[in-house]
Amino acid sequence: MTVARIWRERGRRYRLEAARCKGCGKVFFPGRLVCDKCGSREFEEIRLSDKGKILTYTVIRVPPPAHTYETPYAVAIVELEGGGRITAMVADCDPEKLEIGQNVRVVFRKISQDGEKGIKFYGYKVVPA
Amino acid sequence: MREVAIIGVGMNDRWGELWEKSLRDLYVEAALRAIDDAGVDHIDSMYVACMSSGLFTGQEHVSSLLADYLGVAPIPAVRVESACASGGNALRLGWLEVASGASDLVLVGGVEKMTDVDGSQATLALAAASDFEWEAFNGVTFPGLYAMMARRHMHEFGTTPEQLAAASVKNHHNGTMNPVAQFQMEITVETVLNSVLVADPLHILDCSPVTDGAAAVILCPADQAKKFNSQPVKIAASAVATDAMALHSRESLVTIGSAKAAAEKAYKQAGVGPGEIDLAEVHDCFTISEICLVEDLGFTEKGKGGEFTESGATALDGRIPVNTSGGLKSKGHPVGATGVAQAIEVYKQLRGEAGKRQVKGAKRGLCHNMGGSGGTSAVHILEVM
Ligand SMILES: [Zn+2]
Repeated sequence: MTVARIWRERGRRYRLEAARCKGCGKVFFPGRLVCDKCGSREFEEIRLSDKGKILTYTVIRVPPPAHTYETPYAVAIVELEGGGRITAMVADCDPEKLEIGQNVRVVFRKISQDGEKGIKFYGYKVVPA
Repeated sequence: MREVAIIGVGMNDRWGELWEKSLRDLYVEAALRAIDDAGVDHIDSMYVACMSSGLFTGQEHVSSLLADYLGVAPIPAVRVESACASGGNALRLGWLEVASGASDLVLVGGVEKMTDVDGSQATLALAAASDFEWEAFNGVTFPGLYAMMARRHMHEFGTTPEQLAAASVKNHHNGTMNPVAQFQMEITVETVLNSVLVADPLHILDCSPVTDGAAAVILCPADQAKKFNSQPVKIAASAVATDAMALHSRESLVTIGSAKAAAEKAYKQAGVGPGEIDLAEVHDCFTISEICLVEDLGFTEKGKGGEFTESGATALDGRIPVNTSGGLKSKGHPVGATGVAQAIEVYKQLRGEAGKRQVKGAKRGLCHNMGGSGGTSAVHILEVM
């Protein structure tokens, strides 16, 4: 991957920058140019909360190449306070003990690396709150 | 719009890990069989369904490659890609081209060569069917997305791992009667539950395999079909729908919105309801998808898919036989070919050619083909003429 591809998403990956539709209030992460609910093209820039709840989760045991070194690892879909959902790895946890409805907090972490000498990718993970 | 019929079909002898065959070998073999089966001396146009020849083999521009190797150049050929729904989407485009009057004889083929890369690369290629930047980047795999749907379905409706496994056991049973199927062996609920976990709660035997294979059909206007074929099969409905790409953006994590939308359109087009379908091929890439689909296609109520499957309602002798071919689970899932092969199974059933897995007196069948975690669904309804 090129630096530009990673750099372009820095606001969203590092600061959870998102958008709220001015027409209907729907929260988008990442932001969009047009709302799929009401068709409005006017958005307010917001930042998602770093607190949320697990809606569902799994433990990945057969990983893609970028994540072989940390398998098994947990991944969850998290609903954040005030709106917005993310799919994120769950760090610092016992994957066997996760539960739907569990409170989590978003943290800044290294996600993966582009081969041995490639770029390190950073972004968000969640941890039990 | 003209009515459209299927007048010939072709597949490889058997799907599986076909190390001796390349992408072009697989495709041309199936396409030639379809052409011979229909008895046509030419085709006007071709649609090639293929999800990821680039990531799986390094080859793009396969529409031209395959027209060349099939010996049909310079006819127009186009590749259709919508992940695992590529086949269903290609079938709809072929149907449209014949229905519109633009062409009379259209070949719709699908192919995937998946075993030229190792398991980890295949996992990566399939993860590209998700929202790469906001799902796959964060470590979730394709089975992982379905596992999260399964976990949520269990939470909301009390669906059990045994009920998920029942779909796999039934499909393996059907596959023992299909000579094309990759895995022709019986399994039990215990085998599924004791198999290795891929993404909790899904075991390896909840997941469709990596498969090499191809499938092709020939379409023509229904009013010309009997010139070529004494028992053509009519495409009574052809519908495609899309939904939010990322699972986390869906209104519901346990409903496949694209399947509901495509089915609604298809039932309306054919003028029938789910109660008038004699058999269905549905996209069981994972056991949980079959559970959700029997609900979202209207065969049972939302939340009852597990119970419905476990009760035997979807078995060969059940109320609505589902995946008589063995489904993706047992027949195999060469991604681009799957949607086309589903139509071939229904075609065979409606002509009474399905051998030991024949559904007696089948007059109307439905195929549902899905891309990604539900971002695309294609639904076709086929009828005897
Ligand atoms: Zn809006």
